[in-house]
Amino acid sequence: LSRPVAITNARIIDPASGYDGPGGVIVTEGVIADVAKGAGLGKLSADVEVIDAGGALLIPGLVDIRVKTGEPGAEPKETLKSAALAAAAGGVTTIVVQPDTHPVMDEPAVVDFILRRARDIELVNVYPAGAATKGCEGKRMAEIGLMHEAGCLYVTDADRPIVDSKVLRRVLSYAKAFGVPVAHRPADPWLSSGAAASEGEFAARLGLPSVPAIAERIMLERDLALVELTGAPFIVDQVTTAGALESLKRGLERGLPVTATTSINHLSFNEIDIGDYRTFCKLDPPLRSEDDRQAVIAAVASGLIQVIVSAHAPAPAEDKRLPYDEAAPGAVGLQTLLPALLAFHHDGQIPLIDLIRTVTAAPAALLGLAGGRIAKGAPADLVLCDLNAPVVIDADKLVSKSKNSPFDGRRLQGRVLRTMVDGRTVYSV
Amino acid sequence: MSGAPPGLNEVLQRTFSFPKRHFLSATDLNEVEVANLLDLADGFVSLNRQTSKKLDLLKGRTLMNLFFENSTRTQSSFELAGKRLGADVVNMSPRSSSISKGETLIDTAVTLNAMQPDLLVVRHSSSGAASLLSQKVGCSVVNAGDGQHEHPTQALLDALSMRRAFGHISGLKVAICGDVMHSRVARSNIAMLQMLGANVRLVGPPTLIPAAADRWNVEVFHDMRQGIAGCDVVMMLRLQLERMDGVMAPSQREYFRFFGLDREKLAYAAPHVRVMHPGPMNRGVEIDSEVADDLSVSLIQDQVEMGVAARMAVLTSLAARLENER
Repeated sequence: LSRPVAITNARIIDPASGYDGPGGVIVTEGVIADVAKGAGLGKLSADVEVIDAGGALLIPGLVDIRVKTGEPGAEPKETLKSAALAAAAGGVTTIVVQPDTHPVMDEPAVVDFILRRARDIELVNVYPAGAATKGCEGKRMAEIGLMHEAGCLYVTDADRPIVDSKVLRRVLSYAKAFGVPVAHRPADPWLSSGAAASEGEFAARLGLPSVPAIAERIMLERDLALVELTGAPFIVDQVTTAGALESLKRGLERGLPVTATTSINHLSFNEIDIGDYRTFCKLDPPLRSEDDRQAVIAAVASGLIQVIVSAHAPAPAEDKRLPYDEAAPGAVGLQTLLPALLAFHHDGQIPLIDLIRTVTAAPAALLGLAGGRIAKGAPADLVLCDLNAPVVIDADKLVSKSKNSPFDGRRLQGRVLRTMVDGRTVYSV
Repeated sequence: MSGAPPGLNEVLQRTFSFPKRHFLSATDLNEVEVANLLDLADGFVSLNRQTSKKLDLLKGRTLMNLFFENSTRTQSSFELAGKRLGADVVNMSPRSSSISKGETLIDTAVTLNAMQPDLLVVRHSSSGAASLLSQKVGCSVVNAGDGQHEHPTQALLDALSMRRAFGHISGLKVAICGDVMHSRVARSNIAMLQMLGANVRLVGPPTLIPAAADRWNVEVFHDMRQGIAGCDVVMMLRLQLERMDGVMAPSQREYFRFFGLDREKLAYAAPHVRVMHPGPMNRGVEIDSEVADDLSVSLIQDQVEMGVAARMAVLTSLAARLENER
């Protein structure tokens, strides 16, 4: 039996209950045994280990529902262990890993493998997202029911849009019967084919093959129509353009069961950051115009976009130090998610509690997880964070095996002091 | 310099030194730098017309041609330029080397760099490849065409051809016609010609002009007769034939009908119009032989000649800079 732990003298932000104020928690047996809001925790028994937060922020551990590692199949990029270490260092206590591994996570044995590996590593909570179709090929349904039973939280073909509308319709209808949400990337495959950047003056100058922003809206319109047809719970995997946001808004106004995500990268960077062919800024979907970026920020502020993901996608130097159109897309983000997010608080663009909600209560509610909140009986997945501490991101010092961070050199504010998962401290400075 | 024609000697004795280590993009240059390069190139044209064409400005230097994309004419142009300046020239053909064995561009660059070349001339099918390479090597890098991005020595030789034909570039109306979308020649020319004060127009079907081109401070025309009306220079671009089979244009014959340069369309340009083409030409597709071969209007042969001189100017300028560094 482990000793109970009390965290006192903190500023608690718990978006699930809407609380932002002083307080503390007591953790017993991996669970939050008591929460004191405003008042102190009262008299603590002698065997309690007390952590004085010194006024630091105490928030639920972050839930990141779109993470890629290299395991199984591409371990030199990132293992579940190195990703879990990066998550812990970044205050992320739950990650949902994507199915486009080798082999593809399209059957229960691979789901089981991930869950067993995560148990062995014993750092952060790891859940798999299963493939929606066999091999993520968009042709035949994967074993959605069996994977759900084995523990996958939602199904998706990750970066690959399901082109055949009939297939997506079947996936939606079938998954609905099991209560499994379907996530889908809105990208018209024909307009996007071969593209390395967003269409516009900048890409044209650089001579990069590009995709018009409207490709996102075109696919989203189809997806929303299929959601309307099937009534299935649906996750829009990263909205990054103003045009798609209009479609999303209309869909939500019609009452469709849709939750939209966006990535921290598309909130933080625009196409100009590509500069002189900086491949660390090569992402999928590609970075957009500043107008699009501002529209996405506004959509997070208004609640139209409810969930923010790191879109953690490790790519080693050998996959990035290539000519731009040959370089692998993607960026690591687990460790930089929280400070990058806090920038919108420091810049006065989005209220702090709303920002925290997008990475805690909102994704937890979406996937029916017990965490993501600071409440009696909830798992003790907690993060202590110095809200104002300045940090300079140094990509080479990131914990991930791959160092492909577009935030390299960025000055941010917000430092994770301690990360707890089920009451265990998995990271502390 | 013994053996140099008087005009060239005068330019060589100027105190201006080229301030950049690499020659990657027309947008990196300013008007003074281009003017000096053109003056120098003019001198090399005279040299190249002498019986004895050889100088020792690059004596002891090693020039490596690294062409990941085949281009007989550009590669031989650089090779001649280097040899006439006295450099040792090595042509690397990546097809038969390790690139095809999975070695990356950077690995190849690092390997070649260890052989201590002074000048590395690179052509690659990816935009930004020359810039990437320049960050990893100690020598000067010349971009001989990177994907759909830039081909700055082509813009320089085009400017040289125009300046020699008209005496000036400022104020010229230049129509760049054809596949602007995929053309590095177009991008470099737009940047350089605008810097030199020319008035640039783009002409082509909407499928071959970037949607954002209207923000490049150019006029865009989809009707060729209107586009070249009153122009001093009509610059045709090469169109890859596979793009013309219902992909970017419905067919070769339809393309030629609306966007091929023939006598009839050319009559809309200024009476003294000059026609240019970076080569190799698709005769009967983007340009009619009657126009291409008419030496009273065509600068196409001049362009090839100017190419060697322009590249000699670039190599000389970069090598002088290396001298100052070491």
